[in-house]
Amino acid sequence: MSTWDWQVFCKETTSGDVAPSCFGSGGDITYLDWLLSAWGWTLSVSVLALLVALLLGSLMGILRTTPHRGLVLLGNAWTELFRNIPLLVQIFLWYHVVPALIPPLRGVPSFILVVMGLGLFTSARISEQVRAGIQSLAGGQRMAGLAMGFTLPQTYRHVLLPMAYRIIIPPLTSESMNIIKNSSVAFAVSISELTLFALQAQEETSRGIEVYLAVSGLYFISAFAINRAALFIENRVRVPGMIGGGGH
Amino acid sequence: MIEIKNISKWYGAFRVLTDCTTQVEKGEVIVVCGPSGSGKSTLIKCVNGLEAFQQGDIFVNGTSVGDPKTNLPKLRSHVGMVFQHFELFPHMTITENLSIAQVKVLGRSRDEANERGMKLLDRVGLKQHAHKHPGQLSGGQQQRVAIARALSMDPICMLFDEPTSALDPEMVNEVLDVMVQLAQEGMTMMVVTHEMGFARKVSNRVIFMDQGSIVEDATKEDFFGKPRSERAQQFLSKILSH
Ligand SMILES: Nc1ncnc2c1ncn2[C@@H]1O[C@H](COP(=O)(O)OP(=O)(O)OP(=O)(O)O)[C@@H](O)[C@H]1O
Ligand SMILES: [Mg+2]
Repeated sequence: MSTWDWQVFCKETTSGDVAPSCFGSGGDITYLDWLLSAWGWTLSVSVLALLVALLLGSLMGILRTTPHRGLVLLGNAWTELFRNIPLLVQIFLWYHVVPALIPPLRGVPSFILVVMGLGLFTSARISEQVRAGIQSLAGGQRMAGLAMGFTLPQTYRHVLLPMAYRIIIPPLTSESMNIIKNSSVAFAVSISELTLFALQAQEETSRGIEVYLAVSGLYFISAFAINRAALFIENRVRVPGMIGGGGH
Repeated sequence: MIEIKNISKWYGAFRVLTDCTTQVEKGEVIVVCGPSGSGKSTLIKCVNGLEAFQQGDIFVNGTSVGDPKTNLPKLRSHVGMVFQHFELFPHMTITENLSIAQVKVLGRSRDEANERGMKLLDRVGLKQHAHKHPGQLSGGQQQRVAIARALSMDPICMLFDEPTSALDPEMVNEVLDVMVQLAQEGMTMMVVTHEMGFARKVSNRVIFMDQGSIVEDATKEDFFGKPRSERAQQFLSKILSH
């Protein structure tokens, strides 16, 4: 407790010298440089995986609410597949098994594989939320949309999805925060993100407390920022006159 | 205008509609009544293909609803429908509720659609509420907007499924007034309702359904004067007694 040494972040990683500016120069980097770059990797994996998850999760969730049995089956199978295998196992499947089965994927960087693994895993959970959101609207809204002459896709686009997404903002928020935390599995396939940084930096410097506190802080800030952004969006799209909608 | 020919429908093994046949001529107002669960909603939703049926066919202005080649969205776009629970689009303002289908389905310009919407909103007496969202209106007001929304598509006929039964009693009349006015202007209407005052005032015929069948299909004079079936007599005495 007594001897916290935050200067460890100003040390250069090869020489061990303390850099006066705290940032490396002349080809060497400090632990601070490394920390920030690791944070960048964490954010990149998370944001890209979130995009994949939102896109595919929405698509699969929508399919599960259509009147077409084949599409419902596809959405259900997708969801069950990716939600019933542990995340870490899925990452290893993407890393070791998928490229072995599909030769063209052999050269794909592990960063992409991790984004796919984390994205598909999360897409199953988002599919579940999108389905629940659409089904919470009951059949009346769908019929009202169709009765106006909208096609089924138009009914989803203009009637069902705008309300369904509003309803599921809270669970989507926690899913987005989870993805930041879950991105730590990327260390298992050697992506130089925050968790891998923590493991290696504490090994090299023996300053585990400082390293882990800094890494925890960055995870917290990232997840918290997502939470605030979601709250902002939730307020922006609030419908006047709805329950909890605070009309005027 | 609407020809319903020997319609039968099953939910699994359960037969909801049994061989229903009737027709609605241009300008006619038909009231459909009957006990809960008798299949009134199901029948009226078959007319614009919101519910599928397994036997028989329905023709709207000569177009077959049962034919898989029929463009159902197009057919529905000129059959207005009003629901028991209004079903306005809650995330849109009243103006948007009235214009969106005109723009997306009929291809009208936004200005044209807004103008038409405002005219209809004025007609149902709600012009000053145009900027609000449905959740900010009373039930009666929402249902009047729903009628205006259906009218915005210039429908050739209108279907109503218990338009007043979810309303507080003091709001029933404001909706019925709009419907009576529509009927008097010559709109072709098929109305599921237990408002017998409305039936007496503007309907041409009354259809009584029981257990999925059309038990009685009579002029309103005959229906209220001397309904033939015992079930219809019982039903009438029950709803007219309160
Ligand atoms: N999706 C469904 N699956 C199975 N049975 C259904 C379904 N929808 C309706 N039914 C049954 O079909 C019958 C007719 O229902 P319908 O809603 O048409 O009756 P209704 O005359 O409109 O009754 P109400 O006056 O209560 O509105 C009822 O027995 C109902 O339980
Ligand atoms: Mg009904």
